[in-house]
Amino acid sequence: MLSLTGAAKTFGPVVALADGTVEIRAGEIHALVGENGAGKSTLVKILAGLYHPDSGDFRLSGEPVHFRSVAESKAAGISVIYQEPTLFPDLTVAENIFIGRQPKGRSRLISRAEMRRQASELFGRLGVPIDPSRAAEGLSIADQQIIEIAKAISLDARVLVMDEPTAALSGVEVERLFAVARALRDKGTGILFISHRFDEVFDLCDRITVMRDGRYIATHRTAEVTVEKIVREMVGRDIGTLFPKAEADIGHTVLKVDGLSRSGVFRDISFDVRAGEIVALAGLVGAGRTEVARAVFGIDPYDSGQVSVEGKPLKARNPQAAIAAGLGFVPEDRRKQGLVMNLSVARNVTLTLRNKFVTAGLINGGKERAAAKEWSKRLQVKAGSQEHAVSTLSGGNQQKVVLAKWLATDPKLLIIDEPTRGIDVGTKSEVHRLISDLAGRGIAILMISSELPEVLGMADRVLVMREGRITAQLDRADADPESVMHAATSSTGVTE
Amino acid sequence: MSETTTPSSTPTAVPVADSTKPLATEPKGKTGAARILTSRDAITIYVLLAFLMYAAIAIPRFASPVTTGFLLLDVIPVLLIAMPMTLIIVTGEIDLSVASIAGLTSALMGVLWAAGLDIWLVLALCLLAGIGAGMFNGFLIAVLGLPSLAVTIGTLALFRGLALVVIGDNAVANFPKPLTAFFTSKLGATGIPTVMIGVVLIMVFFGVLLHFTPFGRGLYAMGYSKEAANFVGIDVARSKFWLYVASGAVSALAGIYWTLRYTSARSDNASGLELAVIAAVLLGGVSIFGGKGTIPGVVAGVLLIGSLNYALRLGRVSDVVLITVTGLLLIFSVVAPSIGAAVREWRHARRVRQSFSRSTPAGSGRAPDGVQ
Repeated sequence: MLSLTGAAKTFGPVVALADGTVEIRAGEIHALVGENGAGKSTLVKILAGLYHPDSGDFRLSGEPVHFRSVAESKAAGISVIYQEPTLFPDLTVAENIFIGRQPKGRSRLISRAEMRRQASELFGRLGVPIDPSRAAEGLSIADQQIIEIAKAISLDARVLVMDEPTAALSGVEVERLFAVARALRDKGTGILFISHRFDEVFDLCDRITVMRDGRYIATHRTAEVTVEKIVREMVGRDIGTLFPKAEADIGHTVLKVDGLSRSGVFRDISFDVRAGEIVALAGLVGAGRTEVARAVFGIDPYDSGQVSVEGKPLKARNPQAAIAAGLGFVPEDRRKQGLVMNLSVARNVTLTLRNKFVTAGLINGGKERAAAKEWSKRLQVKAGSQEHAVSTLSGGNQQKVVLAKWLATDPKLLIIDEPTRGIDVGTKSEVHRLISDLAGRGIAILMISSELPEVLGMADRVLVMREGRITAQLDRADADPESVMHAATSSTGVTE
Repeated sequence: MSETTTPSSTPTAVPVADSTKPLATEPKGKTGAARILTSRDAITIYVLLAFLMYAAIAIPRFASPVTTGFLLLDVIPVLLIAMPMTLIIVTGEIDLSVASIAGLTSALMGVLWAAGLDIWLVLALCLLAGIGAGMFNGFLIAVLGLPSLAVTIGTLALFRGLALVVIGDNAVANFPKPLTAFFTSKLGATGIPTVMIGVVLIMVFFGVLLHFTPFGRGLYAMGYSKEAANFVGIDVARSKFWLYVASGAVSALAGIYWTLRYTSARSDNASGLELAVIAAVLLGGVSIFGGKGTIPGVVAGVLLIGSLNYALRLGRVSDVVLITVTGLLLIFSVVAPSIGAAVREWRHARRVRQSFSRSTPAGSGRAPDGVQ
């Protein structure tokens, strides 16, 4: 139904896509996999009409198409659901679905009732109970994606592209999304599904297309291929264990959190992290893990409780004090929190150190550049130049820049929120090895992760959170998928 | 604390990631020197130089110490206020109340002087008033977190209104002769006003603050992403607060200068100056969206607008035309970067199409990955 052959797209000297090739049939779910920087996102943006390819053949139902805008692509029946949907928070759910093409009443004015009716009908078809008249603000990412899908259906989308839709979803939410996707497939929609999670790809998809370094590699029927083969094709080489964790000597207590509470967010959180230890905070999305970490680091306030670093109490609500005490924070959202995207690689690396290269109040540029170079080299940041904006790097390399920035401060404790979110398999194991080696050097690590294999493979201890409380503390030996999932969901069950 | 080891000399090797994957060939970016020579603010400087050369040749009486003197005397208020304004716009904020603060200072100066206070005390109180006005802006914007555009539109009216309350429709003109004479005096035969020494010191102060201190680094980071700045321990609110205080103080200095230069304290002094300042700052290459801009570029922007106006005036062009030209320049300075980007994109796309139509498999400019 949709076929793209040999599409190329370059930005300045950077070739984002050299041979973008994919063919999506009606009534199939087609996976697109590849490392970060493999060109998946660029391909998606070409399908979405956001980019115009420099060359290549793009056909829809056999007819060649040249989209000049997103509107043209939408009109032709292609809808794209992004990882983080962009709804208008102040508008209602129904208004979001019908934005720009609201149903009109007899008076030529927008008919709210009609809009609500149509929206309810859409949600009914999807089998998802969302109130069309509530504001979009405060909806979970999962619900926002469902709304985007509803919008796509209301546009009679023939091809639905989902760009890493599950990255921010918890297990139950993923299942619901898959159910919706399967239902759409059975009605003849072609779905392109992009994901880094192989279990999902193999569970959901009918065919898999692999890309590497901006080029098409191969397409397989899911039933006739193994994970190992796909991974080999993606990275062009065999990768070792996905989650290496070297043994490390566990030392003194670095971070102690005692009875930390913030009303409505988390309650009575107590734990400690010792030198050389990796402690994982596991749980469903929305359990309050990131919120605890932010409060510990001083980004957000807390109502009661105490945080201390090596026995000394840490001032609340003061990231500067936290950094001075030897804490580092690799946030979950690289683009908004971890990096200053338009600033150069060098400036980003040295941002945490800006007070260290100071002679008589002025920054010593030579020292600064040397340090930036040194750290990017150690972490093997692949950038054209230290002076290029970090926004030009791939996700994995951006994460390395964030890590470099904090490692350069020589921290005692590193909080890492979703260390490998949106990072491809090859770089993932690099990041894991890095974290493990840091622990080996005596750095205490508090890791927040929604990926169970990552938690189980990396952590010395697993703290499981549910609805703002710690519900289990498991040692490496006792932690298995069942015990963690049980503590994360347990008696009260998961609320939709 | 980790101050003991400099990061560049930490002895323990950091785990090095898997190195079997070769680096993609480096895209041919501009090198450091080329980048600086073709940057947005460098272009403003070239345009300024080109214009000055043209004017010196084509316009009679332009190249003379008299010109230098009057031109600089005219641009000093804009030049002064443009300094803190640059820093504020780099953080992604704005201060529209600057001219009103200058006007309020001027009015206050007239009333206090007329009341018989010592002139130095009067000057000190005026400066304090400017600082106070800046603190008021800073409190609303940095502490309460209100949008700077709305706050300073409010204080633009408020401070101008206060100026009217203070001095009414009166004007005070009998300032001490030696002082007013000093403010229009020149350095020998060069034609350069003596006060330029102070102005240059202020320019150097803000230039160093923005480009060579950790504080300045923080401002660029804030301009791009306040949240990311927060995560690396930059105190966004405190930085903003002090910028508005600095802006208030410098605006007060500009008000004092204005009063003494024209020997007239009135409530409507310097009105509309905020637009000239912002126009010059943007022309100097500062991005209105924050995160971009340099002090040398802004100085060039101010001087460009100033000398253009002066040249047109020498050519007996009316004020209406002057304002129109300033407006067009401003729009051009905002639009030019986008046009430049569009042209580059188009040329690049054409080149790429050609290279692909030759259909070499690796004609992509990027080395094929070593592991196939």
